[in-house]
Amino acid sequence: MIKKIFLVGNPNVGKSVVFSRLTGVQVISSNYAGTTVEIMRGFLKLGDQEIEVIDLPGTYSLEPSSKAEEVVGSLLNESTKDEIAVINIVDATNLERNLYLTLQLLEAGLPVMICLNMCDEARHHGVSIDIHSLEKILGIAVVPTCAVTGSGIKTLVERIKEIKIKPRDKSSHRNRWQAIGEIIEQVQRLTHRHHNLRELLEDASVRPFSGAFIAIGVMFASFEIVRFIGENLISRIADPIFLNFYQPLLIKLSPLLGEESFLHHLLIGDLINGKIDFKQSLGLLTTAPYIEFAMVLPYIISFYLVLGLLEDIGILPRLAMLLDNLLHRIGLHGFAIIPVLLGLGCNVPGILATRNLESRRERFIAATLISIGIPCVALQAMILGLLGEYSGFYVSGVYLVLLVIWVVLGVVLNHTVKGYSPELLVEIPPYRFPALSTLWKKLFLRIKGFVIEAAPLVLLGVLIINVLLYFKLFDLFTALFAPVIKGLFGLPKEAVVALVMGLFRKDVAVGMLMPLALSVKQLFIAAVLLAISFPCAATFVVFFKELGFKDLLKATLIMCVVALFTGTLLNFVIH
Amino acid sequence: MKEKQKGTVLDISAGSALQNKFMSMGIYKGREITKISHIGLKGPVAIKVGRSVLVLGHGVANKIVIESHD
Repeated sequence: MIKKIFLVGNPNVGKSVVFSRLTGVQVISSNYAGTTVEIMRGFLKLGDQEIEVIDLPGTYSLEPSSKAEEVVGSLLNESTKDEIAVINIVDATNLERNLYLTLQLLEAGLPVMICLNMCDEARHHGVSIDIHSLEKILGIAVVPTCAVTGSGIKTLVERIKEIKIKPRDKSSHRNRWQAIGEIIEQVQRLTHRHHNLRELLEDASVRPFSGAFIAIGVMFASFEIVRFIGENLISRIADPIFLNFYQPLLIKLSPLLGEESFLHHLLIGDLINGKIDFKQSLGLLTTAPYIEFAMVLPYIISFYLVLGLLEDIGILPRLAMLLDNLLHRIGLHGFAIIPVLLGLGCNVPGILATRNLESRRERFIAATLISIGIPCVALQAMILGLLGEYSGFYVSGVYLVLLVIWVVLGVVLNHTVKGYSPELLVEIPPYRFPALSTLWKKLFLRIKGFVIEAAPLVLLGVLIINVLLYFKLFDLFTALFAPVIKGLFGLPKEAVVALVMGLFRKDVAVGMLMPLALSVKQLFIAAVLLAISFPCAATFVVFFKELGFKDLLKATLIMCVVALFTGTLLNFVIH
Repeated sequence: MKEKQKGTVLDISAGSALQNKFMSMGIYKGREITKISHIGLKGPVAIKVGRSVLVLGHGVANKIVIESHD
C-alpha cells in the first residue's frame, strides 16, 4: 500500500507546479534550476486514502553533487519500497537528458511512473513523443501533462495505482546513455523549425556584449519599475487611506485615552506639535502599522512582482553566466547571483537559496555577504523613506557604500576562508512567457509570508521600545555605548537604541531614527550602519540553522568589525 | 573552439565526482556538443548538449577535450 509519493526529477521540470496541482499546497515555482531548496510536503486524497506527497529538490542523478541534491538520495534510500511511489517528472522538451535519472530510478528498484510535463511546450518546439511506445519500452505508466494549465493532472492521479516496480539491471553510465539513445530513436520525432525571435534573444543574452547590454537594460528597467509602482502605491493608495480614514479615528481616540497616560504612550505615542505623526509618534496603532503597510508593504509588492517576472521569464541563470567572472574574484561563482537577488527581497530566502552552492566555503561567503551587504526590501523602503526627501545622492550613496563593502569584504573572504570553490555548471532554461496564474500565486504567497511574519514582530518591537522608553530603562544602556556611538559614529547616544533594535527588526529601527531629528549626515551614517548589521532576528536563526553556530559567530564578528570601521570612516570623511 | 562550432567530446580529465555530474547532464565521451558563446578570455562557456543549454565555468570547460568538426 502506497503511503508516500515522492516527486523526483531534473531541476526546472516543473515539480513544484505538479506538487501544487496534486496537493493544493501553494509553493513558489520559477523558471530556473533550484527554486525548491526545502522539502515540501502535502496530502493527496486518493479514494478514501490520504497519501503524503513530497516535493524534492531537482537532481540530475542519484549521485548527489550539492546539499539540495543529497537530500533526494538519502530520503529515497531510507523509505521502505513497498510503501512509497515515485512520480518522476520529466521535461518533454528535453526527454533525452531527463531519462538518465529515470533509468537510475528504475535500476534502484523503485516503483516509478512518469509524468511527462510541459507537453504543450514540446509541441511548440516541434517535438513529438510517442507515449505508448515509451510506456512499452520502459514498462511503466507515462502520463502527458501540462502542469501550469492543469491538463493531464487528473489522469496522472487516476493512474497512480498502476505504479509498480519494474526492475532494470544496473548498468554503467555509458550503457545507460546508449540505452537512452535507442529509446529516443524510437519514441521521439523532431520537426525542424527555423529560429524564431525567442531563440535569437536566448542566444543574444549569453553573448558578452549583447548579453551585458540586455542584462543592464533589464536590471535598470526593473529598478525603475519597482520604484515607480512602489511610489505610486504609497502616494495614491496607502497614504490617502492612512491620512483620510485612519487618522480621524485616532484623533478621536487620543483624548479618550488622555495624553499623559501610559496607554496613550503605548498605542498612539507622542503627539508631534499636538498632532499624530505617523512617522514619528511611535505608537502601536500609529507608527507600527504605518511602517508596515504604508512604507514597506508597497515596495514588497512591487519588488516581488518584478522579481517574479524575472524568475519566470528565465533571465536569472543568464545573469549567472555574465557575472561569473566577477563573482569568481570574491570566491563565488555566477550562480551565487540568484541567492543575492533573492536576498534583496528578504535575506532569509536568500540564505536558504545558498543551498544550491556546492561547497561549504561558498555557502559561508555567500551567506555572510548577503546578511552584511545586501539590504532587504523592508530596509530599502525605510531608507528611501528616511533619506528620500534629501537629494537622491544620499540614497544612491547608501547603495554605493554597500557595494564597496560587498566587493572589498568578498575579496578579503576569498583570500582568507579555507576550502575550495567549485566552478559554475548550470543549465540555462529557455525563455518562457510567464504564466499569469503562477505569477499571481507566487506574489500572493510572498506578500502573505511577509505580513504574517513581519507584522507581529513589528508590533512587538514597537511595544518593547515603548515600554523601555517609558520606564527609562534604556538610559544605562545608551550611556554604556555612548563613546562608540558619539565618538566614532557622530550619532546622538539615543541612536544606539535604534541600532540594537535593528538586529531584531530593521524597519522598526529606522522608524525609531525618525523622531531623533538627525542631520542628513547622521541619517546617512545610521542608514548605512543599519544596512550592514544583520537584517532581523529571523536572519540570525536561519543563518544558525544553515551554517551552524561557529559560522554564525564568525559572520557576526565580521559584521561588527565592518560596521565599526565603516561608521567611523564615514563620520570622519563626510563633511 | 569557435562559436557555433560543433565538436565531439574526446576526453574528460576530471575527478570522478565531476565526471558523474557531467555524465548525468549528458556530457560524456563521444557526445556531440555545440559551442554557443563564451564571456571574456577566462570566462564561462555556453554549450548546447542535446536539447539543453549548459553554462560551464572556465576551469570546468577546460577539462573537456573536444575534437572539433570542420
